Amino acid sequence: MTIRDPIREGLAAGWKVLDASLIESPRTLEADVVIVGTGAGGGIAAEIMTAAGFDVILVEEGPLRSTHDFRMLEAEAYPQLYQESAARKTRDKAINILQGRCVGGSTTVNWASSFRTPAATLAFWRERYGLTEYTPEALQPWFEMVERRLGIGPWERAPNMNNALLRSGATALGIPVGEIRRNVRDCWNLGYCGMGCPTGAKQSMLVTTIPTALGRGATLIHHLRAQRLLSAGARIDALECQPIQADGIHPRQTAVTLRARHFVLAAGAIGTPALLLRSNLPDPYSLTGRRTFLHPTVIAAGQFAKAVHGHAGAPQSLYSDHFLEQYPIDGPLGFKLEVPPLHPVLFSTTLQGFAAEHAEAMRGFAHTHAQLALLRDGFHPESHGGRVELRADGTPVLDYPLNEPIWEGARRALLTMAEIQFAAGAIRVLPVHEQCRGYANWGEAKEGIARLPMKPLLTRVVSAHVMGGAAMSASAETGLTSPDGSLRHVDNVSVFDGSVFPTSIGSNPQLSIYAITARNASILTSRMTGRPAPPLA
Amino acid sequence: MTSRRTFIKAGLLGGLVLGAGGVWYAASREQAPAGRLTRSARSMFQAITPVMLAGMLGEGSGRIERVVDGVERAVAGLSAAAQSELADLFGLLGFYPVRKLLTGIGDWRLATPADIEASLSGWRFHHYALLQGAYAAMHDLVLGAWYAQPESWEAIAYPGPPEVR
Repeated sequence: MTIRDPIREGLAAGWKVLDASLIESPRTLEADVVIVGTGAGGGIAAEIMTAAGFDVILVEEGPLRSTHDFRMLEAEAYPQLYQESAARKTRDKAINILQGRCVGGSTTVNWASSFRTPAATLAFWRERYGLTEYTPEALQPWFEMVERRLGIGPWERAPNMNNALLRSGATALGIPVGEIRRNVRDCWNLGYCGMGCPTGAKQSMLVTTIPTALGRGATLIHHLRAQRLLSAGARIDALECQPIQADGIHPRQTAVTLRARHFVLAAGAIGTPALLLRSNLPDPYSLTGRRTFLHPTVIAAGQFAKAVHGHAGAPQSLYSDHFLEQYPIDGPLGFKLEVPPLHPVLFSTTLQGFAAEHAEAMRGFAHTHAQLALLRDGFHPESHGGRVELRADGTPVLDYPLNEPIWEGARRALLTMAEIQFAAGAIRVLPVHEQCRGYANWGEAKEGIARLPMKPLLTRVVSAHVMGGAAMSASAETGLTSPDGSLRHVDNVSVFDGSVFPTSIGSNPQLSIYAITARNASILTSRMTGRPAPPLA
Repeated sequence: MTSRRTFIKAGLLGGLVLGAGGVWYAASREQAPAGRLTRSARSMFQAITPVMLAGMLGEGSGRIERVVDGVERAVAGLSAAAQSELADLFGLLGFYPVRKLLTGIGDWRLATPADIEASLSGWRFHHYALLQGAYAAMHDLVLGAWYAQPESWEAIAYPGPPEVR
């Protein structure tokens, strides 16, 4: 079977793609629409707006790597495809954030899990943020459109052992488990989605909407960081950009200026608020970068007598929402249970301890099944999330204080995962916590986890889902953006990414970003053209 | 073995040194070419690597150097802000009075594995976030650099990526 690489084919066919690390002299480019970011939001917006005939420039801070470049090696994938080499951290370093930084954004490196926005989340948005049009019924056509476009459907193959163990443990305890839909076509079931899909099966923006937009004449400029929006009165005139050196890290001095009728911000829920903060736009209620959510995630590793091979096969195919439904949505934090793929670098650096303690756990690598509990932040009255701030050099850092409601949920989640893992037959369970050496049975775990101090840097907390910071709301006091994603207080800027979520989603967010962007980019397109927006391919 | 008591004392004194000795330290700090570790940071990682990876690294020749090279590449791939924070940290630990105070170690090359292990354990649970962070950085850099290398995979029964073409 021949593996196609639509990016290489397009480059050979003469697509307009510029590498800003090579630009020799300052330049100014002009288009109808400039889109900052090429992930879930930028990709969908690019396809819809080029279909309507707009001349579009796409700006990407990261590099352009495509199907044939992806060699399934952590040593290459993390530095090339992730923000800060997959070691991005919150200000106090207590949370490690996995976020893509490459053409295709996080869609190039995510694990393909596709969930519609939960009805309970939408109900909360309608009630608290006046997003009255965000009902499951009203969004259904948008979900159906992007699901068709991206091949989102049930996973037809058997789950790998790592996922199957979540089901067997949960089922033994009477906890319902569901099947995850995935955005793949002709998937080889390899398990390396997180390092860039080497077969082009994952329907990321890199192989779908971006090739379509570039085929229609859009321009892509990579290695280019959007620095500042320049305003003239209530209109944004231009976007000042800074080329990045080939190393992907250090800025170059050659300025690039982009002019457009409309600017779409889709740089992700850390990048977009950071660009707004650097631009110093009107923000009378001081909302920019506030209420940024992460689904703070805790981890437990279970050792099994049989081999698990958590590196192989579709990384996420089963989940449980049972613990999201236990309490009212604004009560004690609920959590979603999933499993992570296990690869040597990510696993060894996540695992606590060193020397003999660590070596012993690593020798059990092939027999390890791990679970994740993603805490649903942003609903509990004391769950305010974090705040995006700027460092002296203008780069963003997220300050996310872990407070009592999070820790209470984290402890409950560690207990739950240990109980499920023992019910699935684990011979040892190791919650990822610096003071934990593992437990041999559920009784021991129950007693031990109850006593673990829940503190930053002791309890391992990670995140792969950054949301919020430019929330939509019917009210200017609680929403930096309007319910259609347009930025308040200026005339010609829209935010089309996870930043517009007023809370976390309570599920892997990619499909929420796709559908809500499809909706809002279509509203914008029809406002700019006076005609209904064309649907996705 | 460095006792817990020494660490508590070192924590207090370390805070004073870090607060007041900045100028002295900044003036004496060693510089390295872009993308490279300083000589003192290299010797620190050469000492820490066999301790961090005890029970796993084995005897293969050149392994420690390959891990330290991997650490160097990993650091060079971090954001400019993270690189500068690490340079500060490595600078502090390369600065004799601070290192001696915080770890009891005068020269990394002369330290025994037990001394280094005690230092790492002390940092791991230290009440100073700075030292807890130092431990976390060493942990991620050294373990990540080792398990990124195919030579580490046999011992953990990881077959490496499959063939696709």
